[in-house]
Amino acid sequence: MSERQKEIKDGLDRWRETRGRMADRDCRFETVSSLPVNDLYTPLDLTDFDYMRDLGFPGDYPYTRGVQGNMYRGRLWTMRQFAGFATASDSNRRYKYLLEKGQTGLSVAFDMPTIMGYDSDHPRALGEVGRVGVAIDSLQDMETLFDGIPLDQVSTSMTINAPASIIWCMYIATGEKQGVPSEKLTGTIQNDILKEYIAQKSWIFPPEPSMRLITDIFAYACRHVPKWNTVSISGYHIREAGSTAAQELAFTLADGFAYVEAGIAAGLDVDEFAPRLSFFFNAHIDFFEEIAKYRAARRIWARRMKEKYGAKNPKSWLLRFHTQTAGCSLTAQQPENNIVRTAYEAMGAVLGGTQSLHTNSMDEVLALPTEKAVQIALRTQQILAHETGVANVIDPLAGSYYVEALTSKMEAEAERYFEEIEKRGGVLAAIDQNFFQQEIADAAYHYQRAIDSRQRIQVGVNEFVNPGETVDIEILKIDPQIEKDQVARLQKLRRERDNIRVRETLDALRRACAGTENAIPRILDCVRAYATEGEMIQVMREVFGEYKEKPTF
Amino acid sequence: MSRKIRVLVAKPGLDGHDRGARVIARGLRDAGMEVIYTGLHQTPEQVVEAAIQEDVDVIGLSILSGAHMTLFPRICELLKENNAEDIMVVGGGTIPEDEIKALKEGGWAKELFTPGTPLEKIVEWIQENVRV
Amino acid sequence: MKDYVEKLLSGDRRSAARLITLIENDAPEKQALLHRLYPHTGRAHVVGVTGSPGAGKSSLVDALTGQIRNEGLKVGIIAVDPTSPFSGGALLGDRIRMQEHTTDRGVFIRSMGTRGCLGGLAQATRDAVKVLDAYGCDVILVETVGVGQSELDIMHHADTTLVVLNPGAGDHIQTIKAGIMEIADIFVINKADLDGVEKLVRDIRAMLDSSPRAGDWRPPVLTTSTLDGRGIPELWATIKTHREKIFNNGTRSAVKRKRIQRELTEILQRRINRLITQGLDAGGRFEPVLEEILARRMDPYRAADEIIKQSWKGELSDE
Repeated sequence: MSERQKEIKDGLDRWRETRGRMADRDCRFETVSSLPVNDLYTPLDLTDFDYMRDLGFPGDYPYTRGVQGNMYRGRLWTMRQFAGFATASDSNRRYKYLLEKGQTGLSVAFDMPTIMGYDSDHPRALGEVGRVGVAIDSLQDMETLFDGIPLDQVSTSMTINAPASIIWCMYIATGEKQGVPSEKLTGTIQNDILKEYIAQKSWIFPPEPSMRLITDIFAYACRHVPKWNTVSISGYHIREAGSTAAQELAFTLADGFAYVEAGIAAGLDVDEFAPRLSFFFNAHIDFFEEIAKYRAARRIWARRMKEKYGAKNPKSWLLRFHTQTAGCSLTAQQPENNIVRTAYEAMGAVLGGTQSLHTNSMDEVLALPTEKAVQIALRTQQILAHETGVANVIDPLAGSYYVEALTSKMEAEAERYFEEIEKRGGVLAAIDQNFFQQEIADAAYHYQRAIDSRQRIQVGVNEFVNPGETVDIEILKIDPQIEKDQVARLQKLRRERDNIRVRETLDALRRACAGTENAIPRILDCVRAYATEGEMIQVMREVFGEYKEKPTF
Repeated sequence: MSRKIRVLVAKPGLDGHDRGARVIARGLRDAGMEVIYTGLHQTPEQVVEAAIQEDVDVIGLSILSGAHMTLFPRICELLKENNAEDIMVVGGGTIPEDEIKALKEGGWAKELFTPGTPLEKIVEWIQENVRV
Repeated sequence: MKDYVEKLLSGDRRSAARLITLIENDAPEKQALLHRLYPHTGRAHVVGVTGSPGAGKSSLVDALTGQIRNEGLKVGIIAVDPTSPFSGGALLGDRIRMQEHTTDRGVFIRSMGTRGCLGGLAQATRDAVKVLDAYGCDVILVETVGVGQSELDIMHHADTTLVVLNPGAGDHIQTIKAGIMEIADIFVINKADLDGVEKLVRDIRAMLDSSPRAGDWRPPVLTTSTLDGRGIPELWATIKTHREKIFNNGTRSAVKRKRIQRELTEILQRRINRLITQGLDAGGRFEPVLEEILARRMDPYRAADEIIKQSWKGELSDE
């Protein structure tokens, strides 16, 4: 210990002695993830800290301070509000509205039947068509969805996973119809199947064939759609399912490494596909913990990509991410308070260096957001960008003893999980052993218990309750007629298209799936022939089988 | 004689948001009940058939897909068709207040728990309403 | 109560379900109900399915059920899961794996907690089997985690017992409980797509060679994959062969007789146990004997003789 450190240590001891006689409030001093935190951080918490090794400069390895050299001074983050509902033409109108209001990228939400691979007239789709997003059955719907929106002028993010290959092909084919070559398309498909088994549970096929579809997408994208982000590796849903911040960080990055390994195993050069991988994190309510999480994520990713996977292109080292504020932090009670929660969370994401951001609307815990609520959510970001001054200085919290110590702590926690996953035989094996699912279920239960016992305060829920409160905000309702109309359109399409061509392209798809040929060109042929999503998924289901969940509580 | 309360926790609809269902299932277990968990994506027919075979006292539905106005009435209808309307149906999820009222008044749900209801309250409600 | 049995016999699912509940709860009317059910039982083929947690038993039961249903046979499933020793509650999640059969009227699935109930788990399961037997199930699959003695006891009452193992995941031959290996009529290596299958098959065969069973049934070792249904038709065919073998070469009555003897023995033991406990507890009719022993006026052996003489006219004396 140096002289200077000794001095600090003495000072700290003296301070502790005096402070020891002061009473603390009766509550647990821990993060929202139940991580205990000290009352004070000093240089002594950073004795192993090395500025050049652990932080460096923005845009420089290991990117702890940010992926761009000038960060928000150069360009603000993309304000990307997730939207989509009812039919393709309804959503189309909403997109045009958002673009007019100054939004800079589109983000498509699909309805549950589309997400699960069922056509709108499937019995399982009953009552769910167009409810939580837009219903897309065929290329026809996709053409309507982007009618009048030139695909070479917007970047589109699509939240779709198990059927991602199909929806992506529909987007490419829509581009063809507009005369936009696939090389010019920009955007993201979520396409992160691993977190589906771990948390979000919108799976169709078992893990192995699902991973094969993903590597098919990697291979196709690097040749034909080079500006497309092929996977958005998502911690968001892991957190929403009840994980801690450290689990979100560790499991998401572990998934990311699993995709990298799958790509390499499929014979691709890591630098061919890794630059197109992007991430998607949650912005929860514990301000500092979240900021530490994002900073640690960048550092871990850069180090592993360079050192473990031998990536040489600096673009492969960059962890670029989208953030959404935490849906699970919102309350149905006093919903207007959600505006405040969302604002703090958004600020955390920005101070953590996000590339794009979705802010939740206050009423999302009750139903789909109304236009008014969506506008407030977007305005929250604009106030953050233009009024608060947080975008003026890059990574302004760096050097804070607390933030740096917490960043290192997050990194250490993640490393501990990586070891455990490794010991279990990798991500797929750990999924099969229910490891992630059990860890998350335990954390979720622990959290609920803390709320129920009022060890943790949630404003409006277990403290500061308005007795006899009634919610008087407007709720967006979906007209049940939408489902009938969508079904009618789909059935008309089935009557009018060239059904012999549909059959032929589906048979070719079946052969590709059963063999080793890249399935993407075959899917594109089916899409161009107006085969429906459900028909393609059915063919794949017959070849690949179906995933069944395992009980975990 | 050792009577135990049996509860079917079911997750109808196509969405995968089972955090609530699982937390509740675990909470009921820890309160000494036997909980049969059916997993995701259940159709009303599957829910009712499982409830009958398992001879449960209560069906607990967790619905976050917005399809509650279709699902609750359908399940009650099927229970009736199978002479099983003595099985209580309760639920939770994102359900707007006017629809909660409609579901309760229509007799399609005996009780609905909104987000934020403590586990203890749900446990108490079941213990009070199931005759042991 | 009369209604339940009559309705059950006419195929009512709710009555079958309610009867199992009454049996599980050890309800006062249980014995009377079983008395009326008994003449209608003895027809179903009972298949026990056991193995370590995570071996894929539920998936296997699910796949096997599909196979049996192809022949139009009615299937009953009893899935037993542990009751929490802390709360007495249980989380029963085996149905998750069997969803496709939920609405098939030819399949009846019931989840049971181990409860540690008065009648004993094996007895409760056996009686639930009787209900499904009387309900008309042709095949009844009983699934338990093969961990405790009471779970093993269940298997002693199955006509055919499957022991389900996995390659990898620690299912090495040395670590498998001896008791479980001895009760197997058929070994099923599930998840046959994993590495290490051949080694596990070899190990089991070697074990069977080193300690051959009595009788002429050598437990076959089958491999299955519930992902693609591989090996499932063969498994069902083997169960049927086993059934033929044990029931058709003159051993049928001997096997049944032995099983009934075991059941009756257990029922008697449990009853007598209860009588002894009640008699010796505070206020019981034999309680004064304890005082005699305490005062060293009588020794425990003599006291036991006395009690037996008083209760069973000396017929159970071991002297």
